[in-house]
Amino acid sequence: MSILEVKGVNKRFGGLQALGDVNLSVQENSVHAIIGPNGAGKSTLLNCLVGKLIPDTGSVMFDGQSVLGRTPYEINQMGISRVFQTPEIFGDLTVMENMMIPCFAKRDGAFEMNAWGSVLGQKDIVAHAEHVLEDMNMADKRQMMASSMSRGDKRRLEIGMCLAQEPRLLLLDEPTAGMARADTNNTIDLLKEIKDKRDITIAIIEHDMHVVFSLAERITVLAQGTPLVEDVPENIKGNPKVREAYLGEAQV
Amino acid sequence: MLGLNKKDTSLLLLVAALVAFAPILLNPFPEGSALAQFNAGYPDLMQRFVIFGIFAIGFNILFGLTGYLSFGHAAFLGAGSYAGVWALKLLTINVIPAIIISTIVAGLFSILIGYISLRRSGIYFSILTLAFAQMAFALAASVLTPITGGETGLQTNLNDPRILDFGVREGGNIPAPSLFGLEMGSSFQLPVAGWLWTFNVGYYLSAVLMLIAFYIAIRIFRSPFGMMLKAVKSNQQRLNYTGLNTRPYMLACFVISGMYAGLAGGLMVAMDPLAGPERMQWTASGEVVLMSILGGVGTLIGPVLGAGFIKYFENIFSKINDNLLHQWFAFMPDGIENVLVAIIHPFIGKGWHLTLGLMFMAVIIFLPGGLVELGQRIGRLFKRRKSDDTSGQTTPAE
Repeated sequence: MSILEVKGVNKRFGGLQALGDVNLSVQENSVHAIIGPNGAGKSTLLNCLVGKLIPDTGSVMFDGQSVLGRTPYEINQMGISRVFQTPEIFGDLTVMENMMIPCFAKRDGAFEMNAWGSVLGQKDIVAHAEHVLEDMNMADKRQMMASSMSRGDKRRLEIGMCLAQEPRLLLLDEPTAGMARADTNNTIDLLKEIKDKRDITIAIIEHDMHVVFSLAERITVLAQGTPLVEDVPENIKGNPKVREAYLGEAQV
Repeated sequence: MLGLNKKDTSLLLLVAALVAFAPILLNPFPEGSALAQFNAGYPDLMQRFVIFGIFAIGFNILFGLTGYLSFGHAAFLGAGSYAGVWALKLLTINVIPAIIISTIVAGLFSILIGYISLRRSGIYFSILTLAFAQMAFALAASVLTPITGGETGLQTNLNDPRILDFGVREGGNIPAPSLFGLEMGSSFQLPVAGWLWTFNVGYYLSAVLMLIAFYIAIRIFRSPFGMMLKAVKSNQQRLNYTGLNTRPYMLACFVISGMYAGLAGGLMVAMDPLAGPERMQWTASGEVVLMSILGGVGTLIGPVLGAGFIKYFENIFSKINDNLLHQWFAFMPDGIENVLVAIIHPFIGKGWHLTLGLMFMAVIIFLPGGLVELGQRIGRLFKRRKSDDTSGQTTPAE
């Protein structure tokens, strides 16, 4: 069963056709990768899924409901969490506080006026946040300022924050961009572990083929705003069209 | 205690003690001594300390937690003041209804301004709030004269209706604002040796309300709501993509902050039943920004310190004049005395703003965390002397 259905999506920025008739279907509980050369429209597509951009035409359905016209927080409350290319965390807050905020969002919804009780008095939230931190192997860092951590740890925290909401679909935007090999491998292991432990669908946009082929169960190749092929990884590797898109004109 | 942790409780108790003994603490010099003019323990100034303390605490809930710099907060102070005078005129000379109505009116006013201004952030938000405050100022001074009394201001009169006072009329005099008959201006004076301590009703009423306001601010800082506001300051994008709607959080914060300003405005007219448009002017809005930054933005006690500091300078430094300087330096040879007086002259009297400006610059450059940071550094210095083995752990300013 597909959890995310993108049908006939077009997006134009002035004279540039960023997305042209994109169709995409992500199966529930799978890892789906979207790859493509620079400027292929990967990020534009992702922004259309989370409410940052609205496509000119087409439809985006998540679990049978349209996400178009909804704001990012509404889409998140529907069950889609997003990890950014550069880790977006609350740098001025501690790791524990960072982790508690999505727990509040999960429990109380988009807005809850609780200006009287103390944060630490919310036992269920504290327990939930502690639990996720342990899961992420970050329990020892809970009192650290989030901004003082290494990039790899920030990424780990951001993914943890998304998981704390128990989303049905996790969107990752080049999660290993700019990372050292060791950090990249750690992230791959982390994502594999998440996949094994939970019922979760992961859609990942990635440049790094090593990451893509270690994780993905299905791959969509995007080129110049249009899906080129969609297939299992084994078939993508040898596909001449894909090579052409990545390496330019095929040598004859 | 009271749902606070140990550290916050002791801070609250410390502030309570300082406020309770302020009439004694602020009068360290005996009457008639040369330094007596540095005494700040007279009712008028002490009232201003705590009232502006409330204003600054409220401002800091908005600016300190969310980082949204409102440059029009005096509009709420002014709105509260006008509402307060009207309550004193129409309802009763008792200050309780006036204070409550001031707070509510300022809250309603801030819903309107906040709803529109919060569509933008950063400098655009500041400019929007400034524009609204200047509009309010201009309206109060001109078009709204029937309600605000125009440039002369609004005050209580002998023949005001005061419907709740059931026609009680004191012979011939305009009644003074009171708390169930206890006049705000009345004081109990206690001469001890050379000192004269003045315990004023209005001051203690304001002080109690400031303590309540301070307590509420601590609760907000430590609450889930407060944490969300800090998250707005830290990374609004992440908050949106974590399923939280920043709009109602910001509006609620803005309105709370506006109500603090309204409470301060209401107390001002309870002490002195007169409200003029200059209370809404942008300089008044700027003053509360200075208070917060000088004391320490985002800290609990900082804004109160900043408010006290600025009001002290405004009232004490501005009173020093050349004659006094000549008196102080009289022991020196005439030439040197005149040179010294000439050098110091621009910094005193009407020039107190210059002194304040220099001190403000010094604080910004050397103590970005404000007076609170100064206190922390001194505290750390003492700790290090006591036990050299503890590592230099830094704690975030609270």
